[in-house]
Amino acid sequence: MNTKEQKYLKLSGLEPLVITPESNFINVGERTNVAGSRKFLRFIKEENYEEALTIARHQVEGGAQIIDVNMDDGLIDGKEAMVKFLNLVVAEPDIARVPIMIDSSKWGIIEAGLQVVQGKCVVNSISLKEGEAEFLRQAKLIKRYGAAVIVMAFDEVGQADTFERRIEIAKRSYDLLVNKIHFPPEDIIFDLNIFPVATGMEEHKNNALDFIEGTRWVRQNLPHCSVSGGVSNVSFSFRGNDVVREAMHSVFLYHAIQAGMNMGIVNPAMLEVYDDIPKDLLERVEDVMLNRRDDATERLLDFAETVKGIREEKKVDLSWREEPLQDRITRALVKGIDEFIHDDMEEARQQVSKPIEVIEGHLMMGMNVVGDLFGSGKMFLPQVVKSARVMKKAVAYLLPFIEAEKDQVSSSNGKILMATVKGDVHDIGKNIVSVVLACNNYEIIDLGVMVPPEKIIATAKEQQVDVIGLSGLITPSLDEMVFLAKEMQRQDFKVPLLIGGATTSKAHTAVKIDPEYAQTVVHVNDASRAVTVVGDLLQKERKEAYKKLLKEEYKTFREGFLKRQKVKEFLTIDEARRNKFPIDWKASEIIKPNQLGIQIIEDLNLELLQPYIDWTPFFRSWDLHGKFPDILNDEVVGPQASELYNDAQKLLQKITSEKLLQAKAVFGLFEANSVNDDDIEVTVRSSAFENFMFRTLRQQSKKAEGRPNIALADFIAPKTSGIQDYVGCFCISVGFGADELAKTFEKQHDDYNSIMVKALADRLAEAFAEYLHKEVRINHWGYAVQENLTNEELIAENYKGIRPAPGYPACPDHLEKVTIWEVLNVQENIGVSLTESLAMWPAASVSGYYFAHPEARYFGLGKIKEDQLEDFAKRKNISISEAKKWLQPNIAD
Amino acid sequence: MHIIEKIVRERILVLDGAMGTMLQRYQFTEEDFRGERFKNFHKSVKGNNDLLSLTQPQAIAEVHKKYFEAGADIVETNTFSGTTIAMADYDMQDLVYELNFESAKIAKQVANEFTQKEPHKPRFVAGAMGPTNKTASLSPDVNDPGYRAISFDALRIAYKQQAEALIDGGVDLLLVETIFDTLNAKAALFAIEEIKEERNIDIPVMVSGTITDASGRTLSGQTAEAFLISISHIPLLSVGFNCALGAKQLTTHLEAVASRTNLAISAYPNAGLPNAFGVYDETPEQMVKQIEEYLQKNLVNIIGGCCGTTPAHIKAIAQAASKFTPRPIHKFEEVQ
Repeated sequence: MNTKEQKYLKLSGLEPLVITPESNFINVGERTNVAGSRKFLRFIKEENYEEALTIARHQVEGGAQIIDVNMDDGLIDGKEAMVKFLNLVVAEPDIARVPIMIDSSKWGIIEAGLQVVQGKCVVNSISLKEGEAEFLRQAKLIKRYGAAVIVMAFDEVGQADTFERRIEIAKRSYDLLVNKIHFPPEDIIFDLNIFPVATGMEEHKNNALDFIEGTRWVRQNLPHCSVSGGVSNVSFSFRGNDVVREAMHSVFLYHAIQAGMNMGIVNPAMLEVYDDIPKDLLERVEDVMLNRRDDATERLLDFAETVKGIREEKKVDLSWREEPLQDRITRALVKGIDEFIHDDMEEARQQVSKPIEVIEGHLMMGMNVVGDLFGSGKMFLPQVVKSARVMKKAVAYLLPFIEAEKDQVSSSNGKILMATVKGDVHDIGKNIVSVVLACNNYEIIDLGVMVPPEKIIATAKEQQVDVIGLSGLITPSLDEMVFLAKEMQRQDFKVPLLIGGATTSKAHTAVKIDPEYAQTVVHVNDASRAVTVVGDLLQKERKEAYKKLLKEEYKTFREGFLKRQKVKEFLTIDEARRNKFPIDWKASEIIKPNQLGIQIIEDLNLELLQPYIDWTPFFRSWDLHGKFPDILNDEVVGPQASELYNDAQKLLQKITSEKLLQAKAVFGLFEANSVNDDDIEVTVRSSAFENFMFRTLRQQSKKAEGRPNIALADFIAPKTSGIQDYVGCFCISVGFGADELAKTFEKQHDDYNSIMVKALADRLAEAFAEYLHKEVRINHWGYAVQENLTNEELIAENYKGIRPAPGYPACPDHLEKVTIWEVLNVQENIGVSLTESLAMWPAASVSGYYFAHPEARYFGLGKIKEDQLEDFAKRKNISISEAKKWLQPNIAD
Repeated sequence: MHIIEKIVRERILVLDGAMGTMLQRYQFTEEDFRGERFKNFHKSVKGNNDLLSLTQPQAIAEVHKKYFEAGADIVETNTFSGTTIAMADYDMQDLVYELNFESAKIAKQVANEFTQKEPHKPRFVAGAMGPTNKTASLSPDVNDPGYRAISFDALRIAYKQQAEALIDGGVDLLLVETIFDTLNAKAALFAIEEIKEERNIDIPVMVSGTITDASGRTLSGQTAEAFLISISHIPLLSVGFNCALGAKQLTTHLEAVASRTNLAISAYPNAGLPNAFGVYDETPEQMVKQIEEYLQKNLVNIIGGCCGTTPAHIKAIAQAASKFTPRPIHKFEEVQ
């Protein structure tokens, strides 16, 4: 297992770079050098670091194995620019995978750079210019920072410009480093000064040759070290003539590498392949490099005149536009390029007798490729939605022609009705499934959100749909779905029913919906599965067998589920109350909010929210699973996730700068005490004293010894304790404008951005809730003034106190929203309303309570029993049947 | 050459298991954490395990003792969070020197008792230097990737203070551990080199990274080999991995490093992966089965346990390790 450690130069970025004799030549990228690239200099001066990073990325993509970063310019604060740029570079995994060469003539800049890079870097450079003491001091620190070093052939006397001076300085430097401070010899790289040739000056004629011979001597006499250099210097006198320069670089390298130069700064775009250099040019260049004849320079100059400016500019690769029509259409669909689709549609239309044939032929052929790639996991949801955008644009172009013909035949695979059920406003998932099914040539009748059951039934009949798909995100939607299944059974429907959305589950579908409908009911929670399921359900020969199979599968699942359920034991509500969450109120420090009462935020700057965005769920809504930011580098979905992320950032910038969404909030902090175990009495002191009650629910399942049965009321001091406690509640929304914006995109057949708007609004709403909670903790309430948490820690809920939301596990009771609306006057204050199912409108809204006690924690209510239900109905002053309706998912069978 | 550098060539050394897991068993309350001395401290200190070295020293000594009894050659001081950076959470930056000094003293005293009883098996104390709770090469702010919550210099100064106190307290070696950001570790190594030079001493140093995800990278994105290269500029006793994924997942990363270095290799994984309740529930038997794979493959020189491991785990590991020879370590070629 154990190998003898070789003395190779080993460097690292995120990945290793080990330079062995077999490595041939290590190419150092030079474009991130303000002295080497005017463009880079400009970007740094303008502090346009994003573009500066793009240059670095291009370098690495173009094959640079190390990138040289240099910020030495009189008009730049070099230290600051170096640190800032390197910090950004290391945050880009596709750049940071390679080692970094920290390049400066100022030690301060080098040291600042070394302090921000985790990998093993190369320092470029140190020398004996200022004497041995300084040379050794710097080298010792470089060793301690864990970097390799480039040593310039430079000493107290000056720069080495002959063979003898080169080897003299190299030998002296090497001996000092290795013997005096035990610098690892393999970490020493010599830069033996590449100087221009063909300058017309006699003393420059031997420049290239001296370097090459110096290199040979160093590699033979100074063990384990490397030799490097900046190659473009050699052709300095031919600036503006790239043909000659490229040939010169290539010839120089050819000879220097043979002599042992194993690393160098080379612009790969400025390098001709040695064997491709025309014979006559090669001969003249070699004459110059190797100083083979007295008139070498003149002869090369003469030749240079003949080749000046013959190089044409490079263009974006559009060669695919030359391919046959069908290939172009397929490519446009697969790659999601809509730039040329109208031209291609026009061309296709000219080739067929009826315009509908373009859809049935060209476009379907392309979409089949998309479908196959998606099915086999080679394309990802965001790409497919982009394909759909191209498809929609293509169809929109053809539609007027088709209608003019008026002989349209329905050629779809089937008609599917899609709807978000009554009372629910969430439609991101439903829209994605619709788009993907549309891509697979199903005709989609999308009834939108908050669709009453009568309308679903009527439309399904009228349009004779083949499948009905229902979606919902909040828990009351589950009951709507059950209701609809019952209704479909009553009216003797035969079509399959698809169930999807965040709160739905196979368990709920199997246990509650499937028994109500004699036909097929399927739970489908991701878009890719929707295609295969619908395909199988509508496939002529096999569909009956498939439906039978599904029915049996759900039956088995249901029975298994119910069997497992029975083993749960419950306490009576009185027993549960005796086992409440224990808090020693005498010992608790209760902090009075700095500002009691209600406050309103009219229009928060969206930029403030960006740091609080939790991106992981954003990717999940696109069926890309993985944790942000790792997902951007995921082997499988990384490229798509990155693209999606970039598109999201673009739209987010647009939304922010053009203020396309409005963020509003209302929140209040009040005196409160818990009463009668499970209620929280809230005193709102506005014009008159007003008392409200938050009714909380208590866990009732039997717990392990020592574990409490928690209700939210446990986190508020009881009135009987005589201690004044406090509670807060809030409602925020970032949804104002979201629907309008999504519709604008839909009008442009851009489902991709339409879905994106809503997904972003949801993320911003969560971010706003996080932001406001922090503001409350630190300022308005002020119980956590010292808090200093990173975004990750916020997402991981590492803060003190909680902000549970009605409709979520700790308080699944949506009715509590009505109380919050009364307390805060939400509708009047910020315009967020509640639907009949108590969903918030606009959809991108969050509401909840604030609890400050350090022991307060999130928990899941779980199932409750009949006795608590009755008690709850009585406390709330509603009928048992109404209580049952709202708490249905939480009632134990 | 320090004696441990000699022993590590002769047999597989056993490191202790989790301190936190053992301390949880005491179910210390806020009052217990505070003790008499911090009775009126202005902040809650429950959860500050390092503080227990001052307020419950007998418990810390007891845990060390249990691990030595189980067969550990090396125990780690109770100083995982003993830097001004990590202690800022509790407003206890001023206690850093004392925490480290006392922790080292407690462990060293227990170690000496065992060495006296069993001179053929000398016991050692490793001064544990955790990663702190800040990252020097990652931004905590997703929208500002260029931002850094901590600088190299701040880390270097904090680590230097910790290492000096540990050395003053009598540790035999230093262990820079659970490295999720290599730059943090480089700051620690930089600080250690400064101390060695200033005091003209030599002290063995162990380095242990942690690979946090299935892609085989550290949190800061390095591969195992890139990590190895990035910390190899300092003379080390050993390099290896701890924590994160369980023993099974660690195998490939150990292989990647073991084949590329002449340093001793250390491994102290968690007791499996946490279950749905956040509890590590791999039994000693299950864990040893995985670890035997390292031993059979001749991959390690130092072996122990991290989160969730107990004296029972260490006992089982020590028994298994005693049946195998250590991975051979070639002597460094002397620099000419």
